[in-house]
Amino acid sequence: MAVSCVRTMGLVLGKSVNCSSSLDAVMSQLSRQVLGRQICVSCALHRKNLAAAGPEKFTVEFIQKQAEEFNIGKRHLANMMGEDPESFTQEDIDRSIAYLFPSGLFDKKARPLMKHPEEIFPKQRAIQWGADRRPFHFLFYTGKQMYYSVMHELYGKMLKIEKYQDHLRAKGLFSQDVKQISLGTSRWFTKEELEALLVETISTHDYNHFIQLMERLLSLPYCATEVEFVLRYRRQLEAPSAKRIVPLLQRDEWGVAFSTSDGCRKTSNCSVVLRECGSGCITINGQNYLHYFPTLQDREQLMFPFQFTGMLGRFDLECTVSGGGRSSQAGALRLATSRALLSFLSEREAENMRQAGLLTPDPRVRERKKPGQEGARRKFTWNKR
Amino acid sequence: MPSVLNYIYVPCLGFLGLRLSRVVPIRFFCGGHQYATAAPVHSAQPENDIVTEKILNEPLENPDFFRVSELFSLKDLFDARVHLGHKKGCRHRLMEPYLYGCRLDQDIIDLDQTVEHLQQALNFTAHIAYRGGIILFVSRRRQFSHLVECTAKDCGEYAHARYWQGGLLTNAPVQYGPGVRLPDLIIFLSTLNNVFQQHVGIRDAAKLNIPTVGVVDSNCNPSLVTYPVPGNDDTPAAMELYCRLFKMTINRAKDKRRRMERIYSLLAPSTKHIMAI
Repeated sequence: MAVSCVRTMGLVLGKSVNCSSSLDAVMSQLSRQVLGRQICVSCALHRKNLAAAGPEKFTVEFIQKQAEEFNIGKRHLANMMGEDPESFTQEDIDRSIAYLFPSGLFDKKARPLMKHPEEIFPKQRAIQWGADRRPFHFLFYTGKQMYYSVMHELYGKMLKIEKYQDHLRAKGLFSQDVKQISLGTSRWFTKEELEALLVETISTHDYNHFIQLMERLLSLPYCATEVEFVLRYRRQLEAPSAKRIVPLLQRDEWGVAFSTSDGCRKTSNCSVVLRECGSGCITINGQNYLHYFPTLQDREQLMFPFQFTGMLGRFDLECTVSGGGRSSQAGALRLATSRALLSFLSEREAENMRQAGLLTPDPRVRERKKPGQEGARRKFTWNKR
Repeated sequence: MPSVLNYIYVPCLGFLGLRLSRVVPIRFFCGGHQYATAAPVHSAQPENDIVTEKILNEPLENPDFFRVSELFSLKDLFDARVHLGHKKGCRHRLMEPYLYGCRLDQDIIDLDQTVEHLQQALNFTAHIAYRGGIILFVSRRRQFSHLVECTAKDCGEYAHARYWQGGLLTNAPVQYGPGVRLPDLIIFLSTLNNVFQQHVGIRDAAKLNIPTVGVVDSNCNPSLVTYPVPGNDDTPAAMELYCRLFKMTINRAKDKRRRMERIYSLLAPSTKHIMAI
């Protein structure tokens, strides 16, 4: 078979040689040289340096196309789920995707996702110049146009305030004790948040400079005129102590006030009904607490909320508890009683309870055993040889 | 003025190893887009080019087409304290021709020479602005950075009164993106940086053939600046004067350009689209 191949090759070449003009002869000679020479290029040359290219860049048209496809897909999804395409919100989309593509993966980010392209693709800057290639922003040639434009604006505001102050001084109306700017519970943007706002990388030095200049602006007496500008770069903090959910104070048919609450610790869960009877008798799962908790330590845990607030004999407890061991059940009960007590106490006493740690659920759970170790932390005995 | 070369000769391998030279239009790769510039079809729009040529050549016939000499007088310069230089010890050797003299160890700059140099500089700026060039105001003096940036914003031009990163001009395609257009004129309102050394921008502009206009004080080196203007760069009055003058020239030149375009579009109504270079 190899011989026939060689013969056909020879025939082909022969034919090309037999073609008349000299140019063709030259061409055929070249072709023979080209076909005969083996060009071997190693795949190392074809490998591109992907890391040097930087993060992938998406064009504006690409993002727009993705947005259109997303909207069309949203309508299809709404039709599939039998709902109204017009009023199909993002939560509905998430619900439908979770229903249609159930996934057992732990990582939420690995699960199927359908969101608007603006939330998926990282925000990038569009081309900064127009058709005549003149840049749009007047600080383009600094390299950090957004950051410097913010600094420029900030300085402009400071000059304006100082001019206003001079104007008032000239009129004689300047006073030191003027209404100060009310920032409330807010903090300055972090460096990352500022970078996200300006769509530009900022160095630590620049960020510190920005904060310094902002603080200087706030130190001026008449800075109240520029509140909106300042608040644009502050984030409101949620109240650190979320509003305490005080259980409702209900009254049963005999007019006795009672409140219900739950508590948990490790794997125990319990539910407690606190009655203002004045007897001080405690029932757990139908049993008396002395029978249920023979150990003194567990009973002390149970009594601690009453002992702390000084209401030892006033209340009547009716509890149901399940799961866990005796210590964790006691802890769960303690938490539940403290919560139930909140409805009978004043704000100051409730704050005292919170500071004593009675209202904080204990977050500690059993740590899992790891492979290659004897327990969660204990390693196998180390042998020198 | 940026002239875009639309065609390049590309030697490429044709069939069977023959070398064919093909005329290939340049493709601009601008951030993911691929533009292919169209061929300038001269035959279809001869009138447009004639009109643009006339618009561009008319200012060149007159030595002071934009009448920049009327914007200021020697008295204005004196009142703005432009003639005050630094002390004798700070004097730069190359600034000696521009100095009038020395009084109580302080150098006095010759305002006659300043007037000529400033007129030339303003005239050049006006011509650049008329032709739609990009003008960059540079100053590293922190007390005047806000003023410089406001001036640039009012003219519609660009400013850089901040820390100058090394590769801003020389490494521009990497810093800003491929296809960036560099400034056509750089105006230095102070040629020194905060450490009293010559601003890096002067050397970079000279490397990249970008003309510069610079206010040189008695401690500065005027050699690399294309249009040096000997004058004071420390007093707020002097700086405000310079900013005002540059702003007025640029606005004047741009207004003139708009007026010329309107005049020529009325004179030749057949030309619908005038290329604004």
